[in-house]
Amino acid sequence: MIAPPTLLREQIQSVLGSRYGAAFLTQKKTAGETLPSVVGEIPRGALTEIAGPASSGRTSLLYSLLATASSGEEFCTLLDTEDTFDPESAAAAGVRLSQVLWVRCGGNVEHALKSLDMLANAGGFGLIAIDLADTPAKIVRRIPIAAWFRLRHAVENTRTALVVVAQQIHAGSCSALKIELSRSRALWRGRSSGCLLDAFEATTQYIRNHRAQERRFTILR
Amino acid sequence: MFACLHAPGNLPLLEECARYFSPLIEVTSPDTIVFDIRGLRWIYGAPAQIASEIQRKVGVAANLALASNPDAAVHAARGIRGVTILPPGREAAILALLPPYLLGGSPEFARTLDLWGIRTFGEFADLPPLGVAARLGEEGTHMQQLARGTGSRQLRLHVDPLVFREEKELEDSLDLREPLLFLLSRMLSELCRRLRCHGRSTNEIRLRLKLERASDHTATLRLPVPMLDSKVLLKLLELELNDSPPQAPIEKIQLEMMPIEPRTTQHGLFLPSAPEPEKLEITLARIRGLVGAANVGAPELVNTHRPGAIRTGRLKTAKGAAVPLHPKLAIRRFRPPYPAQVWCTGGKPVRIFSSMGGGSIVACAGPWQTSGDWWTSEVWNHQEWDIEIQSMGVFRIYQDYLLGQWLIEGNYD
Repeated sequence: MIAPPTLLREQIQSVLGSRYGAAFLTQKKTAGETLPSVVGEIPRGALTEIAGPASSGRTSLLYSLLATASSGEEFCTLLDTEDTFDPESAAAAGVRLSQVLWVRCGGNVEHALKSLDMLANAGGFGLIAIDLADTPAKIVRRIPIAAWFRLRHAVENTRTALVVVAQQIHAGSCSALKIELSRSRALWRGRSSGCLLDAFEATTQYIRNHRAQERRFTILR
Repeated sequence: MFACLHAPGNLPLLEECARYFSPLIEVTSPDTIVFDIRGLRWIYGAPAQIASEIQRKVGVAANLALASNPDAAVHAARGIRGVTILPPGREAAILALLPPYLLGGSPEFARTLDLWGIRTFGEFADLPPLGVAARLGEEGTHMQQLARGTGSRQLRLHVDPLVFREEKELEDSLDLREPLLFLLSRMLSELCRRLRCHGRSTNEIRLRLKLERASDHTATLRLPVPMLDSKVLLKLLELELNDSPPQAPIEKIQLEMMPIEPRTTQHGLFLPSAPEPEKLEITLARIRGLVGAANVGAPELVNTHRPGAIRTGRLKTAKGAAVPLHPKLAIRRFRPPYPAQVWCTGGKPVRIFSSMGGGSIVACAGPWQTSGDWWTSEVWNHQEWDIEIQSMGVFRIYQDYLLGQWLIEGNYD
């Protein structure tokens, strides 16, 4: 029996799609493309916010996204507002460092946003991330909502996933996906002098289209 | 027809003379130059008149030979004093008395001719070709053709290294940016046109501005990929001049582009998209102007155990295995680390206080001793701990033995 064309197409895409993703791209599908992650799909062509307090697993999740994008031979950008990026642990997480453009902004949020705007408009990146996790929340709150709208507009209909890491959600309705992490539980292995930091147990709220889903994952050392 | 000039120790003069008559010249040796004179008969007439014109132009005592092939001209110029004209078909007769060492060739070949008692070109040319081929092989056959003056080869053309340089001396000094950019735009367009004509591109631009009562201002743009878009190059130069403007009015502009093979890439249908190099370079130049050149680049790991040692390089694709989706524990490194006060009990940290905050340490792991570079002035000697501070998170701290101080290195996140 001959399979109907729709089914046949689905089958071909499922076999070849992961290897030759670009072959099945159409203008309509571009916005639907996603970047896989442990918490769920991160949309391309849209703004995603990752928020949480210190030691909640925000940075580990960001490095995991950078690793996924760079392993697909895509170029990524990290706008490091407070200069806290650690290339060693990023490399250990699987990030191909030579494909990551690292912009250190020395604590200047304005410079970070200007650079982000320029890079988002330059195009061609698989992932653009801005790290505002150590920037005081009162400074991040001063970023006008229009700036987030402009950034969202800059990556619309592109294959770029725009990710903002901060302590709190700030972009509001501009972000297509919000990932809120709560403080992780640190798992220590061994006792007394032989004790070792082994893993983090992270809990996250995956909020998309006003629907929240709680997800848990483990961050191994 | 080919002309050969031979004069020991006068190569620049010979080259200048040859270039006057023909663009197709071969520097055969430091004292011999051959050049193509086909077509000169329309200007000067018969070969004798061409020879007299060349001799008049060269201005020094040089042997000159005109022949239908370059090798015959070279041998005649090297072996016969004055002017020699070898009409086609009479080369063998004119070259017949020359000694065989002028043929060149390997030492074995010269020794063999000597053993055979061959003393002139003519004697060698008269030997039966089949016998020469059987005894001396391919080299012997070729040398016999040369001895007969019937060699045929193309000139090994002497091409000057391509220099793409534009200079502009200004009547009035320039102290405004817009007129400077206007002039640079014209110079870049001209250089790009010349590069395109030669099928070349550029990956380095050198700008030198001669300033009024000040030392020269220089700027060098190194491009990650070969480019040939004058608008892009002008924008990059503009950004470079914005970052470091000349400190005095400009008297002279010199712009040079280093030629390189153009970039040829075949974009694949299934390849992931990448930033357009020209656009990315302009964007990066703008960002460098904003945050500083040292703060932009692809991070590279340094081959050292020193904590936090990094450097930045250029973006490039790398091959590697696919990574699992599961995240690995990352650290956020504080640059510089925060000084802290740490209270220890039984050798373990139990309480910490710093400008970030503080509290009781509920769990810790360590210590790990790290040290290195004791042979340099940048020695380090640390004792590291991983600590969990109540209601703050998990941090990496260390005690710097050299400073005698506790510092918070980073936050596990």
